[in-house]
Amino acid sequence: MALNYFQPLFDVIRDKDRCIKCQACARQCANEVHRYDGDLDKMISNSQQCVDCQRCVCICPTSALKIVDNPNKFRNNSNWSQQTMTEVYKQAETGGVLLSAMGNPKEYPVYWDKILLNASQVTNPPIDPLREPMETKVFLGKKPKDVTFNEDGSVNTETTPTLELSTPIMFSAMSYGSISRNAHESLARAATELGIFYNTGEGGLHKDFYQYGANTIVQVASGRFGVFKDYLETGAAIEIKMGQGAKPGIGGHLPGAKILEDVSRTRMIPMGTDAISPAPHHDIYSIEDLRQLVLSLKEATEYKKPVIVKIAAVHNVAAIASGIARSGADIIAIDGYRGGTGAAPTRIRDNVGIPIELALASVDQRLRDEGIRNEVSVVVAGSIRSSSDVVKAIALGADACYIGTAALLALGCHLCRSCQTGKCNWGIATQRPDLVKRLNPNIGYERLVNLVHAWDHEIKEMMGGMGINSVEALRGNRLMLRGIGLNEKELEILGIQHAGQ
Amino acid sequence: MVINANEVGYYDLNKKIVECTDKDITVTGAMGQRYIGCGVSGKKITVEGTPGNALGAYLDGSTIIVHGNGQDAIGDTMNDGEIFIHGNCGDTTGYAMRSGKIFVKGNAGYRVGIHMKEYHEFFPKIVIGGRVGDFLGEYQAGGIIVVLGIGCDGKVPVGSFCGTGMHGGRMYIRSDDAPQGLPVQVCCEVADDSDKANIREYVDEFAKNFGYDTATLLKGRFYKLSPNTASPYKQLYTHN
Repeated sequence: MALNYFQPLFDVIRDKDRCIKCQACARQCANEVHRYDGDLDKMISNSQQCVDCQRCVCICPTSALKIVDNPNKFRNNSNWSQQTMTEVYKQAETGGVLLSAMGNPKEYPVYWDKILLNASQVTNPPIDPLREPMETKVFLGKKPKDVTFNEDGSVNTETTPTLELSTPIMFSAMSYGSISRNAHESLARAATELGIFYNTGEGGLHKDFYQYGANTIVQVASGRFGVFKDYLETGAAIEIKMGQGAKPGIGGHLPGAKILEDVSRTRMIPMGTDAISPAPHHDIYSIEDLRQLVLSLKEATEYKKPVIVKIAAVHNVAAIASGIARSGADIIAIDGYRGGTGAAPTRIRDNVGIPIELALASVDQRLRDEGIRNEVSVVVAGSIRSSSDVVKAIALGADACYIGTAALLALGCHLCRSCQTGKCNWGIATQRPDLVKRLNPNIGYERLVNLVHAWDHEIKEMMGGMGINSVEALRGNRLMLRGIGLNEKELEILGIQHAGQ
Repeated sequence: MVINANEVGYYDLNKKIVECTDKDITVTGAMGQRYIGCGVSGKKITVEGTPGNALGAYLDGSTIIVHGNGQDAIGDTMNDGEIFIHGNCGDTTGYAMRSGKIFVKGNAGYRVGIHMKEYHEFFPKIVIGGRVGDFLGEYQAGGIIVVLGIGCDGKVPVGSFCGTGMHGGRMYIRSDDAPQGLPVQVCCEVADDSDKANIREYVDEFAKNFGYDTATLLKGRFYKLSPNTASPYKQLYTHN
């Protein structure tokens, strides 16, 4: 056997006084870290396989387990970190492209954490959401430039279809295939109960979930998996996926091993065949071509549904968004470089794209400057981690936010970033029946509902503090924001002043 | 019912087609109107003239006959039905089509049959009479593409990069020589009698509609292209 050049990332620490050898850890670990040795009458761990998903720690009835960072370190080097060296070893061994999951974990600035919110004092009293009405309802879609009335007072303005959200939060696109059936069911039911929307991703829509169609955004991506008339008609809106924040400029690839019977039926492809989403839509090389796809989807659904175009936040995002706003799309979704993924090449995930905060600020400004902000709603994604991120995003100009990672955390994800292995011990990013059943959709959907209810209340608290009683009055209200520790250029792009100004 | 498309925009034209209760509709004077027959089921639409892009996109079980040339994205994501083009057609014909049939009498552009896929009873078929441009059957994941090369004098009737990313389905190309520069995951062999028997039905339908003789068309040499793996990129990655 070849010499192993790199060391396990984690150490499994078992408190032998506490361990009762119940073997629950061994039964729960799909990575086969734990096993019981009958001859020795003891539990044995193989740290090499551990991904630090914390499943065994949570399940251990006597709290006997801890997963800690392996204290063994390569010699310190500020340039060649252990991670960088390990990646070289892996590639030298396999010749493979490094594949990672979930969002970019690198130490880039998080601008949400460098923006502070305002609150009213003395002159403009704060509002207490427990006592006074607060409006978090938003409508996504085109807004008419002006409104005219008939003589009898009725509105004489042609409006286009919109999405009505009870609170400015939606669940991001995650395909059936990349996540499990129970995860999808949890998202669908939660969206329905909350009066918001979840998104099928590009893997089609399982027949059992057509009943949640009124709260479903159906996605059309370059592979067109599961896209047909009923699918388009079932959704409340159609999203064209042009890009994804975790992997701008490249396509998707669900390995054949994950295409089991149910996923195959939903994607409408044979079992065991790779589901390849090409990097581009091969019929879209221009804004005019995009317009053609937008309009063909509208034609197929008789102009009854808003069309969303989702792009990754990249360097020229403002100009691209301006084009999309003229393409006939109703909503632009922008996914920042910290957005999650079930699998992406490490180098792409960690090095391509820009922060959503900067992308949002420049897109909103550009659309305003061009007088076309009303043509589209702007939805942002790519690491919205809390209600304060939502409030800051809206004040920077967003109409609503997509949450993906936060939703998965609500379902039990511990961000071990190993989705690509298909062995998710939490039953989320897996198709193995024994693992999927660990996620109970009855509990999962409740946890999602709890999360969004809590955020909704926090949004109201923060708005109330600012003396604002509706999301509409917060949107693009950058006076409510101040930067901290940001340079002149960053403040200029964000369109905000520094704290103290 | 006959609908005159002269000086009618695509929106109004398609509204008329969708709202028309007749099953048999003839559109005359088409001049590039897009999205004709988009998502339509249970109709027969005959188009005189030149329909625009995305003809029969998401088609869900209708027949479309074009007496003229077609443009780009014919039958995009088509689910079922038949499209007959009595002329040439443009790029991405049959993009991601899942079932049904497309017959083109003349030539077709780039990326014909890109990402065609099959599933259970869904099995898409494309027959092109003349030649096609680059990237034929790119990412093909199912179904059958036949290129007959009529008028090519036995020369290879497909452009470069044929079968790039192909991981399902079959292509049959009538040619004296095999296409050059095929990717490693595509097998290319001379079609035998059983292969020809597999495509006889579609070649026959082509011949009957466009005035050719099936036996003559099938007499020549065909090359069969098929993928040697359903997982072409399996070895590409290292878990990190």
